[in-house]
Amino acid sequence: MTSVSATPPLVDVSHVSFGYGGPAVLADVSCTVVPGQFTGIVGPSGSGKTTLLKLLLGTQKPQHGAVRRASGVAVSYVPQLETVNWNFPVTVEDCVLMSRKARSWNPRPSRAERAEVAEVLERLGIADLTHRHIRELSGGQQQRMFLARALVRRPQLLLLDEPTSGVDVQTRHEVLHLLDDLNRDGLAIVLTTHDLNGMAAHLPHLIALRQRIIASGPPEDVIVPGVVEQVFGARMEILQHLGMPVVVDSMEDDPARRMSAS
Amino acid sequence: MNGIVQTLLDPFQYQFFVKGLVAAVLAGALCGLIGVFITLRGMSYIGHGLSHAIFGGYAAAPLLGVPIILGAGLWGLASALAINAVTRRHRIGADAAIGVVTTASFALGVALLTKFGNKGPAFDSLLFGSINGVALADLWLLAGVFVGTVVVFTVLYRQLLFSTFDPEVARVSGVNVGLMDTILMVVLSMSILATLSIIGVTLVAATLVIPPVIARMITDSFARMLWLATVIGLACGAVGMYLSYQLEIPSGTTIVLTNAAVFLVVLLVKGARGLRSTAGMDEHTDASVTSFEVPAVRA
Repeated sequence: MTSVSATPPLVDVSHVSFGYGGPAVLADVSCTVVPGQFTGIVGPSGSGKTTLLKLLLGTQKPQHGAVRRASGVAVSYVPQLETVNWNFPVTVEDCVLMSRKARSWNPRPSRAERAEVAEVLERLGIADLTHRHIRELSGGQQQRMFLARALVRRPQLLLLDEPTSGVDVQTRHEVLHLLDDLNRDGLAIVLTTHDLNGMAAHLPHLIALRQRIIASGPPEDVIVPGVVEQVFGARMEILQHLGMPVVVDSMEDDPARRMSAS
Repeated sequence: MNGIVQTLLDPFQYQFFVKGLVAAVLAGALCGLIGVFITLRGMSYIGHGLSHAIFGGYAAAPLLGVPIILGAGLWGLASALAINAVTRRHRIGADAAIGVVTTASFALGVALLTKFGNKGPAFDSLLFGSINGVALADLWLLAGVFVGTVVVFTVLYRQLLFSTFDPEVARVSGVNVGLMDTILMVVLSMSILATLSIIGVTLVAATLVIPPVIARMITDSFARMLWLATVIGLACGAVGMYLSYQLEIPSGTTIVLTNAAVFLVVLLVKGARGLRSTAGMDEHTDASVTSFEVPAVRA
Protein backbone atom coordinates (compact mmCIF):
# COMPACT_ATOMS: atom_id res chain seq x y z
CA MET A 1 0.00 0.00 0.00
CA THR A 2 2.28 2.71 -1.26
CA SER A 3 -0.39 5.41 -1.40
CA VAL A 4 -1.06 4.85 2.30
CA SER A 5 2.49 5.58 3.41
CA ALA A 6 2.36 8.97 1.67
CA THR A 7 -0.67 10.10 3.72
CA PRO A 8 0.14 11.68 7.09
CA PRO A 9 -1.17 9.32 9.79
CA LEU A 10 -4.15 10.18 12.04
CA VAL A 11 -2.43 8.34 14.88
CA ASP A 12 1.14 7.15 15.05
CA VAL A 13 2.09 4.57 17.68
CA SER A 14 5.81 4.14 17.97
CA HIS A 15 7.65 1.63 20.15
CA VAL A 16 5.02 1.66 22.85
CA SER A 17 5.22 -0.48 25.98
CA PHE A 18 2.47 -0.57 28.57
CA GLY A 19 1.62 -2.44 31.77
CA TYR A 20 -0.94 -2.07 34.56
CA GLY A 21 1.70 -2.36 37.27
CA GLY A 22 2.30 -6.07 36.60
CA PRO A 23 3.94 -7.70 33.61
CA ALA A 24 3.90 -5.74 30.34
CA VAL A 25 0.60 -5.91 28.47
CA LEU A 26 2.14 -4.39 25.37
CA ALA A 27 5.83 -4.46 24.44
CA ASP A 28 7.46 -2.41 21.70
CA VAL A 29 4.30 -1.98 19.63
CA SER A 30 4.43 0.28 16.58
CA CYS A 31 1.63 0.94 14.12
CA THR A 32 -0.09 3.79 12.32
CA VAL A 33 -3.65 4.66 11.46
CA VAL A 34 -4.08 6.62 8.23
CA PRO A 35 -7.23 8.19 6.73
CA GLY A 36 -9.49 5.60 5.15
CA GLN A 37 -7.85 2.66 6.90
CA PHE A 38 -9.98 -0.27 8.14
CA THR A 39 -8.09 -2.45 10.57
CA GLY A 40 -9.00 -5.27 12.91
CA ILE A 41 -6.80 -5.91 15.93
CA VAL A 42 -7.04 -9.66 16.57
CA GLY A 43 -5.94 -11.66 19.55
CA PRO A 44 -7.34 -13.65 22.46
CA SER A 45 -8.50 -11.93 25.64
CA GLY A 46 -5.51 -10.65 27.56
CA SER A 47 -3.48 -10.14 24.38
CA GLY A 48 -3.50 -6.36 24.88
CA LYS A 49 -5.90 -5.45 22.09
CA THR A 50 -8.22 -3.37 24.23
CA THR A 51 -5.19 -1.65 25.75
CA LEU A 52 -3.90 -0.81 22.27
CA LEU A 53 -7.34 0.59 21.44
CA LYS A 54 -7.22 2.76 24.57
CA LEU A 55 -3.78 4.04 23.64
CA LEU A 56 -5.17 5.00 20.22
CA LEU A 57 -8.07 6.68 22.01
CA GLY A 58 -5.78 8.52 24.36
CA THR A 59 -7.46 7.29 27.56
CA GLN A 60 -4.27 5.41 28.41
CA LYS A 61 -0.82 6.89 28.17
CA PRO A 62 2.16 4.74 27.16
CA GLN A 63 4.88 4.17 29.75
CA HIS A 64 7.49 3.89 27.02
CA GLY A 65 7.36 5.09 23.45
CA ALA A 66 4.93 7.62 22.06
CA VAL A 67 1.42 7.86 20.67
CA ARG A 68 1.11 10.90 18.42
CA ARG A 69 -2.22 12.04 17.17
CA ALA A 70 -2.59 14.53 14.29
CA SER A 71 -4.00 17.75 15.70
CA GLY A 72 -7.71 18.35 15.36
CA VAL A 73 -8.60 14.74 14.55
CA ALA A 74 -12.09 13.87 15.81
CA VAL A 75 -12.08 10.35 17.25
CA SER A 76 -15.24 8.49 18.26
CA TYR A 77 -15.43 5.39 20.36
CA VAL A 78 -17.94 2.56 20.49
CA PRO A 79 -17.48 0.53 23.69
CA GLN A 80 -18.74 -2.98 24.34
CA LEU A 81 -22.48 -3.09 24.94
CA GLU A 82 -22.21 -4.31 28.51
CA THR A 83 -20.24 -1.27 29.66
CA VAL A 84 -23.37 0.79 30.26
CA ASN A 85 -26.49 0.35 32.34
CA TRP A 86 -29.28 -0.24 29.83
CA ASN A 87 -31.82 0.53 32.51
CA PHE A 88 -30.62 4.14 32.63
CA PRO A 89 -33.55 6.52 32.07
CA VAL A 90 -32.77 7.79 28.57
CA THR A 91 -34.27 7.38 25.12
CA VAL A 92 -32.34 6.61 21.96
CA GLU A 93 -32.46 10.29 21.00
CA ASP A 94 -31.22 11.41 24.44
CA CYS A 95 -28.34 8.98 24.22
CA VAL A 96 -27.21 10.05 20.76
CA LEU A 97 -27.57 13.72 21.67
CA MET A 98 -25.19 13.34 24.61
CA SER A 99 -22.16 13.28 22.38
CA ARG A 100 -23.11 16.53 20.64
CA LYS A 101 -21.38 19.35 22.44
CA ALA A 102 -23.97 21.66 23.97
CA ARG A 103 -23.86 24.99 22.18
CA SER A 104 -26.21 26.89 24.45
CA TRP A 105 -27.23 27.08 28.08
CA ASN A 106 -30.57 25.59 27.25
CA PRO A 107 -30.51 21.85 28.02
CA ARG A 108 -33.21 21.23 25.42
CA PRO A 109 -31.85 20.15 22.03
CA SER A 110 -32.17 22.68 19.24
CA ARG A 111 -34.13 21.88 16.09
CA ALA A 112 -30.86 21.58 14.16
CA GLU A 113 -29.49 19.08 16.67
CA ARG A 114 -32.62 16.97 16.49
CA ALA A 115 -32.42 16.99 12.71
CA GLU A 116 -28.80 15.84 12.88
CA VAL A 117 -29.71 12.98 15.21
CA ALA A 118 -32.65 12.03 12.99
CA GLU A 119 -30.38 11.93 9.97
CA VAL A 120 -27.85 9.61 11.63
CA LEU A 121 -30.56 7.32 13.01
CA GLU A 122 -32.14 7.19 9.56
CA ARG A 123 -28.82 6.22 8.02
CA LEU A 124 -28.38 3.43 10.56
CA GLY A 125 -31.92 2.22 10.01
CA ILE A 126 -33.24 2.86 13.52
CA ALA A 127 -35.16 6.10 12.94
CA ASP A 128 -38.34 4.41 14.16
CA LEU A 129 -36.72 3.86 17.57
CA THR A 130 -35.92 7.55 18.23
CA HIS A 131 -38.17 7.93 21.25
CA ARG A 132 -37.83 4.41 22.64
CA HIS A 133 -36.21 3.73 25.98
CA ILE A 134 -32.79 2.13 25.42
CA ARG A 135 -33.78 -0.99 27.37
CA GLU A 136 -36.33 -1.88 24.68
CA LEU A 137 -33.68 -2.30 21.96
CA SER A 138 -32.25 -5.60 20.75
CA GLY A 139 -28.49 -6.16 20.86
CA GLY A 140 -28.10 -5.17 17.24
CA GLN A 141 -30.18 -2.02 17.72
CA GLN A 142 -28.14 -1.09 20.80
CA GLN A 143 -24.99 -1.46 18.73
CA ARG A 144 -26.48 0.81 16.03
CA MET A 145 -27.42 3.38 18.65
CA PHE A 146 -23.84 3.41 19.93
CA LEU A 147 -22.67 3.84 16.34
CA ALA A 148 -25.12 6.72 15.90
CA ARG A 149 -23.78 8.35 19.06
CA ALA A 150 -20.25 8.00 17.68
CA LEU A 151 -21.12 9.25 14.18
CA VAL A 152 -23.07 12.31 15.25
CA ARG A 153 -19.71 13.83 16.21
CA ARG A 154 -18.59 13.48 12.58
CA PRO A 155 -15.35 11.66 13.39
CA GLN A 156 -12.42 10.98 11.08
CA LEU A 157 -11.47 7.93 13.11
CA LEU A 158 -13.86 5.41 14.65
CA LEU A 159 -12.63 2.94 17.27
CA LEU A 160 -14.77 -0.04 18.30
CA ASP A 161 -14.15 -2.54 21.09
CA GLU A 162 -15.40 -6.02 20.12
CA PRO A 163 -18.39 -4.69 18.17
CA THR A 164 -19.76 -8.14 17.41
CA SER A 165 -19.23 -9.95 20.69
CA GLY A 166 -22.48 -11.33 22.01
CA VAL A 167 -24.60 -10.49 18.96
CA ASP A 168 -26.20 -12.99 16.61
CA VAL A 169 -24.97 -13.84 13.12
CA GLN A 170 -27.51 -11.62 11.39
CA THR A 171 -26.48 -8.60 13.49
CA ARG A 172 -22.82 -9.32 12.91
CA HIS A 173 -23.38 -9.20 9.17
CA GLU A 174 -25.32 -5.97 9.45
CA VAL A 175 -22.67 -4.31 11.59
CA LEU A 176 -19.94 -5.43 9.23
CA HIS A 177 -21.78 -4.05 6.20
CA LEU A 178 -22.50 -0.82 7.99
CA LEU A 179 -18.84 -0.36 8.92
CA ASP A 180 -17.81 -1.17 5.37
CA ASP A 181 -20.17 1.52 4.04
CA LEU A 182 -18.79 4.07 6.50
CA ASN A 183 -15.25 3.15 5.56
CA ARG A 184 -16.07 3.63 1.88
CA ASP A 185 -17.15 7.17 2.74
CA GLY A 186 -13.64 7.81 4.01
CA LEU A 187 -13.96 7.05 7.73
CA ALA A 188 -10.91 5.34 9.23
CA ILE A 189 -11.96 2.41 11.43
CA VAL A 190 -10.02 0.34 13.95
CA LEU A 191 -11.78 -2.40 15.87
CA THR A 192 -10.77 -5.25 18.15
CA THR A 193 -12.06 -8.77 17.70
CA HIS A 194 -11.28 -12.30 18.76
CA ASP A 195 -13.60 -13.67 16.08
CA LEU A 196 -11.32 -14.74 13.24
CA ASN A 197 -13.91 -16.29 10.94
CA GLY A 198 -16.94 -14.09 11.54
CA MET A 199 -15.12 -10.78 11.63
CA ALA A 200 -11.38 -10.66 10.98
CA ALA A 201 -11.39 -12.62 7.73
CA HIS A 202 -13.76 -10.04 6.20
CA LEU A 203 -11.64 -6.99 7.00
CA PRO A 204 -9.11 -5.48 4.59
CA HIS A 205 -6.28 -5.17 7.13
CA LEU A 206 -5.39 -6.98 10.36
CA ILE A 207 -2.96 -6.63 13.22
CA ALA A 208 -2.35 -9.88 15.08
CA LEU A 209 -1.46 -9.00 18.64
CA ARG A 210 -0.14 -10.89 21.59
CA GLN A 211 1.79 -8.44 23.72
CA ARG A 212 3.73 -7.67 20.53
CA ILE A 213 2.56 -7.31 16.98
CA ILE A 214 3.01 -10.81 15.61
CA ALA A 215 1.92 -9.95 12.09
CA SER A 216 0.05 -7.28 10.17
CA GLY A 217 -1.38 -7.07 6.70
CA PRO A 218 -4.34 -8.41 4.73
CA PRO A 219 -6.14 -11.49 6.18
CA GLU A 220 -4.45 -13.90 3.80
CA ASP A 221 -1.09 -12.86 5.25
CA VAL A 222 -2.17 -12.78 8.87
CA ILE A 223 -4.60 -15.68 9.20
CA VAL A 224 -1.95 -18.29 8.51
CA PRO A 225 -1.06 -21.28 10.74
CA GLY A 226 2.19 -19.89 12.15
CA VAL A 227 0.70 -16.54 13.17
CA VAL A 228 -2.59 -17.88 14.49
CA GLU A 229 -0.88 -20.50 16.64
CA GLN A 230 1.52 -17.94 18.05
CA VAL A 231 -1.28 -15.48 18.84
CA PHE A 232 -3.87 -17.88 20.22
CA GLY A 233 -1.44 -20.38 21.66
CA ALA A 234 -3.37 -23.33 20.25
CA ARG A 235 -3.03 -25.44 17.18
CA MET A 236 -5.48 -24.45 14.50
CA GLU A 237 -6.02 -25.47 10.92
CA ILE A 238 -6.64 -22.91 8.22
CA LEU A 239 -8.87 -23.87 5.32
CA GLN A 240 -9.73 -21.80 2.29
CA HIS A 241 -13.37 -21.12 1.54
CA LEU A 242 -14.56 -18.76 -1.22
CA GLY A 243 -11.15 -17.15 -1.26
CA MET A 244 -11.17 -16.43 2.47
CA PRO A 245 -9.23 -18.17 5.22
CA VAL A 246 -11.35 -20.18 7.65
CA VAL A 247 -9.87 -21.23 10.99
CA VAL A 248 -10.86 -24.54 12.56
CA ASP A 249 -9.73 -25.87 15.90
CA SER A 250 -7.19 -28.60 15.53
CA MET A 251 -8.89 -31.41 17.40
CA GLU A 252 -5.87 -33.67 17.89
CA ASP A 253 -5.11 -32.66 21.47
CA ASP A 254 -8.62 -31.73 22.48
CA PRO A 255 -9.60 -33.69 25.60
CA ALA A 256 -13.28 -32.91 25.02
CA ARG A 257 -13.11 -34.74 21.73
CA ARG A 258 -11.44 -37.73 23.33
CA MET A 259 -14.14 -37.77 25.95
CA SER A 260 -16.98 -37.70 23.46
CA ALA A 261 -15.25 -40.35 21.38
CA SER A 262 -14.91 -42.77 24.25
CA MET B 1 -65.99 22.22 60.80
CA ASN B 2 -64.51 25.60 61.53
CA GLY B 3 -62.70 24.02 64.43
CA ILE B 4 -60.96 21.48 62.25
CA VAL B 5 -59.87 24.09 59.72
CA GLN B 6 -58.72 26.21 62.61
CA THR B 7 -56.62 23.36 63.96
CA LEU B 8 -55.16 22.66 60.52
CA LEU B 9 -54.27 26.27 59.91
CA ASP B 10 -53.20 26.88 63.47
CA PRO B 11 -49.46 26.28 62.99
CA PHE B 12 -49.26 28.87 60.22
CA GLN B 13 -49.65 31.69 62.67
CA TYR B 14 -46.26 30.83 64.18
CA GLN B 15 -43.31 32.30 62.41
CA PHE B 16 -41.02 29.45 63.42
CA PHE B 17 -43.35 26.97 61.73
CA VAL B 18 -43.56 28.94 58.50
CA LYS B 19 -39.78 29.22 58.43
CA GLY B 20 -39.46 25.50 59.13
CA LEU B 21 -41.95 24.72 56.39
CA VAL B 22 -40.14 26.85 53.81
CA ALA B 23 -36.86 25.22 54.88
CA ALA B 24 -38.32 21.72 54.59
CA VAL B 25 -39.75 22.46 51.15
CA LEU B 26 -36.42 23.78 49.89
CA ALA B 27 -34.45 20.98 51.54
CA GLY B 28 -36.74 18.28 50.16
CA ALA B 29 -36.67 19.72 46.66
CA LEU B 30 -32.89 20.16 46.73
CA CYS B 31 -32.21 16.61 47.97
CA GLY B 32 -34.66 15.14 45.45
CA LEU B 33 -33.05 17.02 42.58
CA ILE B 34 -29.44 16.21 43.36
CA GLY B 35 -30.45 12.70 44.43
CA VAL B 36 -31.20 11.84 40.80
CA PHE B 37 -27.50 12.05 39.96
CA ILE B 38 -26.47 10.53 43.27
CA THR B 39 -28.62 7.40 42.86
CA LEU B 40 -27.86 6.93 39.15
CA ARG B 41 -24.15 7.17 39.89
CA GLY B 42 -24.33 4.75 42.80
CA MET B 43 -23.20 7.46 45.21
CA SER B 44 -25.91 6.95 47.86
CA TYR B 45 -23.38 5.65 50.32
CA ILE B 46 -21.17 8.67 49.69
CA GLY B 47 -24.12 10.94 50.53
CA HIS B 48 -24.72 9.01 53.73
CA GLY B 49 -21.05 9.17 54.67
CA LEU B 50 -20.72 12.82 53.81
CA SER B 51 -23.54 13.84 56.13
CA HIS B 52 -21.74 12.08 58.98
CA ALA B 53 -18.47 13.75 58.06
CA ILE B 54 -20.06 17.19 58.07
CA PHE B 55 -21.37 16.50 61.57
CA GLY B 56 -17.76 16.48 62.74
CA GLY B 57 -17.31 19.92 61.21
CA TYR B 58 -20.43 21.16 62.99
CA ALA B 59 -19.00 20.09 66.33
CA ALA B 60 -15.45 21.27 65.78
CA ALA B 61 -16.12 24.67 64.21
CA PRO B 62 -17.40 26.50 67.34
CA LEU B 63 -14.53 25.10 69.43
CA LEU B 64 -12.07 26.50 66.93
CA GLY B 65 -13.87 29.83 66.95
CA VAL B 66 -14.92 29.47 63.32
CA PRO B 67 -18.50 30.26 62.23
CA ILE B 68 -20.39 26.94 62.07
CA ILE B 69 -21.48 27.19 58.46
CA LEU B 70 -17.97 28.11 57.33
CA GLY B 71 -16.28 25.42 59.44
CA ALA B 72 -18.73 22.67 58.61
CA GLY B 73 -18.76 23.78 54.99
CA LEU B 74 -14.99 23.59 54.65
CA TRP B 75 -14.94 20.29 56.55
CA GLY B 76 -17.63 18.86 54.28
CA LEU B 77 -15.93 20.13 51.16
CA ALA B 78 -12.61 18.63 52.24
CA SER B 79 -14.31 15.29 52.99
CA ALA B 80 -16.13 15.36 49.64
CA LEU B 81 -12.96 16.02 47.69
CA ALA B 82 -11.07 13.39 49.68
CA ILE B 83 -13.81 10.83 48.96
CA ASN B 84 -13.75 11.86 45.31
CA ALA B 85 -9.99 11.34 45.13
CA VAL B 86 -10.21 7.98 46.91
CA THR B 87 -13.00 6.63 44.71
CA ARG B 88 -11.27 7.76 41.54
CA ARG B 89 -7.85 6.47 42.43
CA HIS B 90 -8.48 3.17 44.11
CA ARG B 91 -11.03 0.78 42.80
CA ILE B 92 -10.88 -1.58 45.72
CA GLY B 93 -11.40 -0.34 49.23
CA ALA B 94 -13.17 2.90 48.29
CA ASP B 95 -16.20 1.87 50.36
CA ALA B 96 -14.00 1.01 53.31
CA ALA B 97 -12.05 4.27 53.00
CA ILE B 98 -15.27 6.28 52.93
CA GLY B 99 -16.52 4.34 55.94
CA VAL B 100 -13.35 5.04 57.90
CA VAL B 101 -13.04 8.75 57.08
CA THR B 102 -16.68 9.68 57.54
CA THR B 103 -17.50 7.61 60.62
CA ALA B 104 -14.27 8.76 62.28
CA SER B 105 -15.33 12.31 61.57
CA PHE B 106 -18.76 11.58 63.04
CA ALA B 107 -17.21 9.98 66.13
CA LEU B 108 -14.94 12.99 66.57
CA GLY B 109 -18.00 15.20 66.42
CA VAL B 110 -19.77 13.19 69.11
CA ALA B 111 -16.66 13.20 71.30
CA LEU B 112 -16.17 16.96 70.97
CA LEU B 113 -19.83 17.74 71.67
CA THR B 114 -19.88 15.46 74.71
CA LYS B 115 -16.65 16.78 76.15
CA PHE B 116 -16.96 20.48 75.44
CA GLY B 117 -20.68 20.89 75.19
CA ASN B 118 -22.47 22.19 72.22
CA LYS B 119 -22.44 25.76 71.10
CA GLY B 120 -24.24 25.29 67.81
CA PRO B 121 -27.54 23.59 67.02
CA ALA B 122 -28.80 21.01 69.51
CA PHE B 123 -27.27 17.54 69.38
CA ASP B 124 -30.42 15.56 68.59
CA SER B 125 -31.69 18.11 66.10
CA LEU B 126 -28.46 17.63 64.16
CA LEU B 127 -29.03 13.89 64.17
CA PHE B 128 -32.72 13.77 63.34
CA GLY B 129 -33.58 17.23 62.11
CA SER B 130 -35.61 19.91 63.84
CA ILE B 131 -38.35 22.35 63.09
CA ASN B 132 -37.04 24.71 65.73
CA GLY B 133 -34.40 27.28 65.34
CA VAL B 134 -34.50 27.71 61.58
CA ALA B 135 -32.95 31.13 61.20
CA LEU B 136 -33.47 33.46 58.28
CA ALA B 137 -29.81 32.92 57.37
CA ASP B 138 -30.47 29.17 57.03
CA LEU B 139 -33.27 29.90 54.57
CA TRP B 140 -31.04 32.16 52.52
CA LEU B 141 -28.33 29.51 52.49
CA LEU B 142 -30.82 26.84 51.38
CA ALA B 143 -32.30 29.08 48.71
CA GLY B 144 -28.82 29.99 47.47
CA VAL B 145 -27.68 26.38 47.24
CA PHE B 146 -30.94 25.39 45.54
CA VAL B 147 -30.69 28.14 42.92
CA GLY B 148 -26.98 27.39 42.43
CA THR B 149 -27.71 23.69 41.93
CA VAL B 150 -30.46 24.39 39.40
CA VAL B 151 -28.13 26.70 37.48
CA VAL B 152 -25.28 24.15 37.49
CA PHE B 153 -27.59 21.32 36.41
CA THR B 154 -29.07 23.45 33.63
CA VAL B 155 -25.84 24.78 32.21
CA LEU B 156 -23.94 21.48 32.45
CA TYR B 157 -26.95 19.27 31.75
CA ARG B 158 -25.53 17.31 28.84
CA GLN B 159 -22.03 16.89 30.27
CA LEU B 160 -23.35 15.74 33.65
CA LEU B 161 -25.76 13.32 32.01
CA PHE B 162 -23.10 11.92 29.66
CA SER B 163 -20.52 11.46 32.39
CA THR B 164 -23.13 9.72 34.54
CA PHE B 165 -24.37 7.38 31.81
CA ASP B 166 -21.09 6.49 30.13
CA PRO B 167 -18.00 8.16 31.66
CA GLU B 168 -15.49 6.51 29.36
CA VAL B 169 -17.12 7.58 26.11
CA ALA B 170 -17.91 10.97 27.62
CA ARG B 171 -14.22 11.49 28.29
CA VAL B 172 -13.29 10.48 24.75
CA SER B 173 -15.97 12.84 23.45
CA GLY B 174 -14.34 15.79 25.15
CA VAL B 175 -16.29 15.96 28.42
CA ASN B 176 -14.13 16.78 31.43
CA VAL B 177 -15.45 13.86 33.49
CA GLY B 178 -13.15 14.55 36.44
CA LEU B 179 -14.45 18.11 36.65
CA MET B 180 -18.08 16.89 36.47
CA ASP B 181 -17.41 14.42 39.31
CA THR B 182 -15.85 17.17 41.41
CA ILE B 183 -18.68 19.62 40.71
CA LEU B 184 -21.26 17.01 41.76
CA MET B 185 -19.35 16.31 44.96
CA VAL B 186 -19.20 20.03 45.76
CA VAL B 187 -22.92 20.47 45.03
CA LEU B 188 -23.69 17.40 47.15
CA SER B 189 -21.67 18.55 50.13
CA MET B 190 -23.18 22.07 49.95
CA SER B 191 -26.66 20.56 49.79
CA ILE B 192 -26.08 18.31 52.77
CA LEU B 193 -24.61 21.20 54.71
CA ALA B 194 -27.61 23.40 53.98
CA THR B 195 -30.22 20.73 54.77
CA LEU B 196 -28.52 19.10 57.74
CA SER B 197 -30.32 20.93 60.54
CA ILE B 198 -33.74 20.31 58.94
CA ILE B 199 -33.39 16.65 57.99
CA GLY B 200 -30.57 15.51 60.23
CA VAL B 201 -27.31 13.61 59.73
CA THR B 202 -28.75 10.13 59.94
CA LEU B 203 -31.70 10.75 57.63
CA VAL B 204 -30.26 12.87 54.81
CA ALA B 205 -29.39 9.79 52.74
CA ALA B 206 -33.04 8.74 52.61
CA THR B 207 -34.18 12.08 51.21
CA LEU B 208 -31.45 11.81 48.58
CA VAL B 209 -32.52 8.31 47.54
CA ILE B 210 -36.27 7.88 47.93
CA PRO B 211 -37.62 10.70 45.68
CA PRO B 212 -35.40 9.71 42.71
CA VAL B 213 -36.36 6.05 43.14
CA ILE B 214 -40.05 6.98 43.13
CA ALA B 215 -39.50 9.21 40.09
CA ARG B 216 -37.67 6.40 38.31
CA MET B 217 -40.63 4.08 38.92
CA ILE B 218 -42.92 6.63 37.28
CA THR B 219 -40.86 7.69 34.26
CA ASP B 220 -38.25 6.43 31.79
CA SER B 221 -37.14 9.96 30.90
CA PHE B 222 -34.15 11.53 32.59
CA ALA B 223 -35.40 15.10 32.25
CA ARG B 224 -38.79 14.16 33.70
CA MET B 225 -37.07 12.23 36.47
CA LEU B 226 -35.20 15.40 37.47
CA TRP B 227 -38.27 17.54 38.00
CA LEU B 228 -40.43 14.70 39.34
CA ALA B 229 -37.86 13.88 42.04
CA THR B 230 -37.68 17.59 42.88
CA VAL B 231 -41.47 17.89 43.20
CA ILE B 232 -41.76 14.66 45.22
CA GLY B 233 -38.98 15.81 47.55
CA LEU B 234 -40.64 19.20 47.90
CA ALA B 235 -44.07 17.76 48.68
CA CYS B 236 -42.71 15.21 51.14
CA GLY B 237 -40.73 17.98 52.82
CA ALA B 238 -43.87 20.07 53.27
CA VAL B 239 -46.09 17.22 54.49
CA GLY B 240 -43.33 15.85 56.70
CA MET B 241 -42.74 19.21 58.35
CA TYR B 242 -46.45 19.67 58.98
CA LEU B 243 -46.66 16.22 60.56
CA SER B 244 -43.57 16.98 62.61
CA TYR B 245 -45.37 19.95 64.15
CA GLN B 246 -48.64 18.13 64.73
CA LEU B 247 -47.12 14.90 66.08
CA GLU B 248 -44.17 16.49 67.86
CA ILE B 249 -41.69 14.15 66.18
CA PRO B 250 -38.31 15.30 64.79
CA SER B 251 -38.81 16.71 61.28
CA GLY B 252 -36.23 14.49 59.56
CA THR B 253 -38.13 11.45 60.77
CA THR B 254 -41.52 12.60 59.50
CA ILE B 255 -40.06 13.76 56.16
CA VAL B 256 -38.42 10.38 55.59
CA LEU B 257 -41.55 8.49 56.67
CA THR B 258 -43.65 10.59 54.27
CA ASN B 259 -41.19 9.72 51.49
CA ALA B 260 -41.42 6.05 52.41
CA ALA B 261 -45.24 6.19 52.41
CA VAL B 262 -45.29 7.74 48.92
CA PHE B 263 -42.86 5.06 47.79
CA LEU B 264 -45.21 2.34 49.05
CA VAL B 265 -48.22 3.91 47.35
CA VAL B 266 -46.40 4.20 44.01
CA LEU B 267 -45.14 0.65 44.44
CA LEU B 268 -48.70 -0.59 44.94
CA VAL B 269 -49.98 1.36 41.95
CA LYS B 270 -47.10 0.53 39.62
CA GLY B 271 -46.61 -2.99 40.88
CA ALA B 272 -43.48 -5.02 40.39
CA ARG B 273 -42.94 -3.47 36.96
CA GLY B 274 -42.18 -0.11 38.48
CA LEU B 275 -39.74 -1.60 40.91
CA ARG B 276 -38.00 -3.46 38.13
CA SER B 277 -37.23 -0.19 36.39
CA THR B 278 -35.23 0.84 39.43
CA ALA B 279 -33.34 -2.45 39.55
CA GLY B 280 -29.65 -1.88 39.02
CA MET B 281 -30.32 1.83 38.84
CA ASP B 282 -26.77 2.60 39.80
CA GLU B 283 -25.18 -0.27 37.90
CA HIS B 284 -22.19 0.77 35.91
CA THR B 285 -20.31 -2.47 35.44
CA ASP B 286 -17.28 -1.74 33.30
CA ALA B 287 -17.92 1.95 32.93
CA SER B 288 -17.31 2.59 36.61
CA VAL B 289 -14.22 0.46 36.49
CA THR B 290 -12.69 2.44 33.68
CA SER B 291 -13.52 5.68 35.38
CA PHE B 292 -11.11 4.69 38.08
CA GLU B 293 -8.32 3.87 35.71
CA VAL B 294 -7.61 7.42 34.79
CA PRO B 295 -5.12 8.90 37.22
CA ALA B 296 -6.64 11.68 39.24
CA VAL B 297 -5.08 15.09 39.07
CA ARG B 298 -2.69 15.41 41.94
CA ALA B 299 -3.39 18.28 44.22
